[in-house]
Amino acid sequence: MMSAKNIVCPVCGASCDDIAVELSGDRITVKNACKMGNAKFQEIVSSHRIREPLIREGSALLPASWDEAVERTARILAQAKRPLIFVGSETSSEAMEVGLHLAEFLGAAIDSNSTVCHGPTAMGIQEAGRVGGTAGQAKSRSDLVVYWGANPLESMPRHMSRYAVYPRGHWTRRGRFDRTVITVDPRRSITAENSDLHIQLKPNTDYELMAALLTLLHGKRPHPSVEATTGVSIAQMEEMLELMKGCNFGAIYVGLGIASSYGKHRNAEAAFNLVKELNGFTKFIIGALRGHCNVAGFNQIASYLYGFPFGLDFARGYPRYNPGEYTAVDLLRDRDVDAAFIVSADLVSHFPAACAEYLAEIPVSCIDIAPCPTTMLSDVVLPGVIDAMECDGTFYRLDDVPIYFQPFTKSPFSYTESNEDTMKQIYKRVKALKK
Amino acid sequence: MAEIILKIREKIGIMVEAEAISPESFAGKGKEEIEALLVWQGPEKLPLSRFFDVELSGSPSASAEETRIIMQGDLSRVKRIGEGMKAGSIEIDGPAGMHLGAEMAGGSIVVKGNAGSWSGREMKGGLLHIKGNCGDHVGSAYRGSWRGMTGGQIIVEGNARSQLGGGLAGGQITVGGDVENFCGIRQSAGLILVQGSAVRGVGAEMNGGTIVVGKDILQPSPGFEETGREEDPTVGEVKLEGRFVKLSGDYALSKNAKGTIYCREV
Ligand code: SF4
Repeated sequence: MMSAKNIVCPVCGASCDDIAVELSGDRITVKNACKMGNAKFQEIVSSHRIREPLIREGSALLPASWDEAVERTARILAQAKRPLIFVGSETSSEAMEVGLHLAEFLGAAIDSNSTVCHGPTAMGIQEAGRVGGTAGQAKSRSDLVVYWGANPLESMPRHMSRYAVYPRGHWTRRGRFDRTVITVDPRRSITAENSDLHIQLKPNTDYELMAALLTLLHGKRPHPSVEATTGVSIAQMEEMLELMKGCNFGAIYVGLGIASSYGKHRNAEAAFNLVKELNGFTKFIIGALRGHCNVAGFNQIASYLYGFPFGLDFARGYPRYNPGEYTAVDLLRDRDVDAAFIVSADLVSHFPAACAEYLAEIPVSCIDIAPCPTTMLSDVVLPGVIDAMECDGTFYRLDDVPIYFQPFTKSPFSYTESNEDTMKQIYKRVKALKK
Repeated sequence: MAEIILKIREKIGIMVEAEAISPESFAGKGKEEIEALLVWQGPEKLPLSRFFDVELSGSPSASAEETRIIMQGDLSRVKRIGEGMKAGSIEIDGPAGMHLGAEMAGGSIVVKGNAGSWSGREMKGGLLHIKGNCGDHVGSAYRGSWRGMTGGQIIVEGNARSQLGGGLAGGQITVGGDVENFCGIRQSAGLILVQGSAVRGVGAEMNGGTIVVGKDILQPSPGFEETGREEDPTVGEVKLEGRFVKLSGDYALSKNAKGTIYCREV
């Protein structure tokens, strides 16, 4: 039996770093993690784990040697006219870095989960700029919290208790009792139920609501049609603004309710503008509730290496960026790539049907820990190593703070230490083939 | 006057980026030289003749003004045709791909079919006439910029999707059909005329210029204030027919915003 403390949870963007585990044989006991976190830790001993490389022979995926699987993957990439590399958000920033360099070498397109997640939020930042802050700053300072299009009690279960609502801070000696919580959501979610004010707007009207709040902040009256559009009265908007202007330190957390409803990056941009203007009255910050443990990582790594947060195209030897043109969904739907290498992501389940259909037609290699629709249609499956449990590396937390994690056990495979290692081996073979 | 006919050879797989197709780069060149011009397919540079049969009638033209390019076939997978062109003409006998006539400064492009997203992006002058429908971001600014089209004219006979004329800073865009979201977002000058209806975000963050919507707007932008109603108003050099509500804004951007929307009274 072995036990370890202060393990980082590799599930959601909260990157909780206080997990304690006890591992003995095929049993793992987990302390401090939420339900979502606990379920992922159970993967390490699960019976459905992919434990050997697989290569397609006709309609079946058959066990193969590691070297052969690496070679086949390298060949798929080297022979393609225009490959797509997709590095999912449940692996380390170090693996992402290898993927980005590989894409540059091949003149490929590369993307990550934020393309179907908070990509629009990143685009909103590019349009408007962002007044941000760390989770620690919000924990210690904020006395007003707005969850906009987010339901953290279900999507990031420890956000409220670790960072945002319950902790005691400078103006919140009594924790939750001294904090005001506003939730903006078309649904009466459990987060909304536990809030002091719930603004229940109609779906897909976030932009109009934010534009109306901005208009009020500029001393003008919004057009009366906004009440019918959003389902929120101007009086209620004023009530919300009074609370916001009156706090000492406000924090807005945006969820996929803004990034993935109609308006997308325009919603995000309006939210960032709202926060800029609120800073004329009091201190306000804004951040996104990131879904996966390292979905922020790709944005950070790609931005500091190549200048753009997701959806990069290296066809011309330098990075280009244009969501809608070089992003994974668009490239697959438009049949504009001819091979795919997918790391730690199940595109077949989460992308539109047209993309999944096209993936079934082109050569695909993937790295994954468990069988899923993407592994089922792949030509090569390389077994994945679980970050933060079996290897070290770095995740970027929801507030873009890098969190270095150390494992409590090793990779179960003799031939690879981590997904980063696997990708480096593939990159080496690709280079040799392209000589 | 030289006339060059480009006929697509076979269905195009991975999309081709062909900013080499413009009167400037064809001017003064013979058939072989045109065939040898390079276009991109993924990371590869390939000669134009790989994708097109080239026919040149007359002798090579002396200048771009005297160059007329006629394109035949399904060009929906050919991007950047006529990008940056300054003179001459391109006629496309079918649909065209993304970035058609982007940054063009003069001359004319006429497309019989639909045109892709980003057509007429950051256009400075000339005429872009799309007889079918068009995609998103037509006549708009590119990522990272707030300045879209600054001059010239875009005519779309069919419908346009989202972000038509985003960041419009000059020139005129006319749409015969409907538009979707955020038409004229961040517009600072120029005119957008939509004969049909709009979904939402018309004139969002607008600071100047004029947008006319001939039918209804499903979700009006809340930062606009009604300033009056006008019968058969004249906007620039265009005379409108019917009764219009006149609005100014977008006060969600600032309290001094100077944009104008005319929306037909319903
Ligand atoms: S809140 Fe997120 S990071 Fe924390 S334990 Fe739960 S799933 Fe893991």
